Amino acid sequence: MSANLSAILYLVSGVLFILALRGLSSPETSRQGNLFGIIGMVIAVTVTFLSVGNFSLGFIYVLIFLAIGGSIGAFIAYKIPMTAMPELVAGFHSLVGLAAVFVAISAFINPAAFNLGTPGNIKLASLIEMAIGAAVGAITFSGSVIAFLKLQGIMSGAPITFKGQHLLNALLLILIVILTIYLCSTQSANLFWTLIAVSFLIGFLIIIPIGGADMPVVISMLNSYSGWAAAGIGFTLENTALIITGALVGSSGAILSYIMCKGMNRSFFNVILGGFGATDQTTGSQNKEQKPVKSGNADDAAFLMKNASSVIIVPGYGMAVAQAQHALREMVDTLKKNDIKVSYAIHPVAGRMPGHMNVLLAEANVPYDEVFELEEINNDFANADVAFVIGANDVTNPVAKTDPQSPIYGMPVLDVEKCKSVLFVKRSLSPGYAGIDNDLFYKENTLMLFADAKKMTEDITKNL
Amino acid sequence: MEIDPFIFRLSIFILSIFVGYYVVWSVTPSLHTPLMSVTNAISSVIIVGAIIAALSGSDEIVFSSSSIYGFLAIILASVNIFGGFLVTQRMLAMYKKKKKDK
Repeated sequence: MSANLSAILYLVSGVLFILALRGLSSPETSRQGNLFGIIGMVIAVTVTFLSVGNFSLGFIYVLIFLAIGGSIGAFIAYKIPMTAMPELVAGFHSLVGLAAVFVAISAFINPAAFNLGTPGNIKLASLIEMAIGAAVGAITFSGSVIAFLKLQGIMSGAPITFKGQHLLNALLLILIVILTIYLCSTQSANLFWTLIAVSFLIGFLIIIPIGGADMPVVISMLNSYSGWAAAGIGFTLENTALIITGALVGSSGAILSYIMCKGMNRSFFNVILGGFGATDQTTGSQNKEQKPVKSGNADDAAFLMKNASSVIIVPGYGMAVAQAQHALREMVDTLKKNDIKVSYAIHPVAGRMPGHMNVLLAEANVPYDEVFELEEINNDFANADVAFVIGANDVTNPVAKTDPQSPIYGMPVLDVEKCKSVLFVKRSLSPGYAGIDNDLFYKENTLMLFADAKKMTEDITKNL
Repeated sequence: MEIDPFIFRLSIFILSIFVGYYVVWSVTPSLHTPLMSVTNAISSVIIVGAIIAALSGSDEIVFSSSSIYGFLAIILASVNIFGGFLVTQRMLAMYKKKKKDK
């Protein structure tokens, strides 16, 4: 296949990828978008086979490896529970990162296959691109592995910090730059391996200080990195499809990180430097004196809801942990039968990844036009009778609006306290991720329901 | 003087960042999780590089020191491609509108 024709076809597949993302602007067009993405991928792979033009034994092996990887991927995609999406996405990011590293290594060992020169005499520009692709890929890989372990609970979600951490990271980053410069002048294989090793290390180090609830930012950030790594390799291979895709994914991840940071009213650097709440622990510990809390049971909750005319549900990560989404939808069905208006309010950082709650509700057959974002629904709390908070905490804390001393001051929160009454399903009075007390617990109109989210929801349904 | 082809690729790259910026802002927040899984799948187009690397060996030596990395990368990328697109499809199939007759 001529080089020009294959370049045009790569461009076509890049455009199809753009359309795949464009489709996600609404659920109706999204399925078609996904199809465009698949077609784009098929075109890119086919064109590569045709332009390499080597259909010998190696080609058979390529197909075999493709089939192995493909079946593993398909198996995972069908088996994975929706609550495990954050782990899955983190795991997938690590694979993209590692694949980028492998491609870079292969190009370094055998540059002739990629038209980049001969070993020890690789074109300067290609070498720089290769080094960037490999370094970013390695950072993506080790960072995603840590994120995966934290999300999966194999590793503690608590931030791991030590003295001189930021200094060490800064030094390692400088080291990467120096290594790249030396690599370009000497073309030494040892330097290349060292560069990759240091990048693995730094990916590990930048993710360990970041706590569990900051994971939405981390996952989006790694998403972005995987894109930049792909783009770096795209420059090396002079491949338009890879360059376009890398840029798309890179900017997509960056935007998601930005949205997540804004949802917490924190700067990106503040999240990355880790250790949330560490400086403001005092505010949390001062409020230790006993304050009266009203607690109730499923019967009380059912009574309140039965007499309401509108209910707003505020789900959070706790709902995912308790797998309560199906029980919740059954409860809502019963409410709707009693002519009670029900809607769902989703905070941008609810859950462990962007859009986490929406997927879980969709899984439980909740129609997406009953689910609202923070800005869309926040004014409705004042007119609603009951707010049902299930598994959320910090995102409802009114302290973010009233107390400038609070670490979460300024964070957009759901105005749950404006409801006539608030039902708060929670295991205990323990503070949320930010380590601060939630004033909402002690409000006159709040009824605490101490129980497992799933069990409580089921009990309420029985009592309705 | 002729323009280095690198500049053209750089132009494509920069313009794609802008396209990505505007396209992603128009994605509805409720589909942010599928957005992540589909970006995951499409970034695995890096498989293009993996295939070139894997086919760099000769007929006698299919698995050379460089092609072996290509084969490993093919496995990783294809897990991602199939897993990413299929899980996205599975998620998107769940997003349903309210039934009118209710």
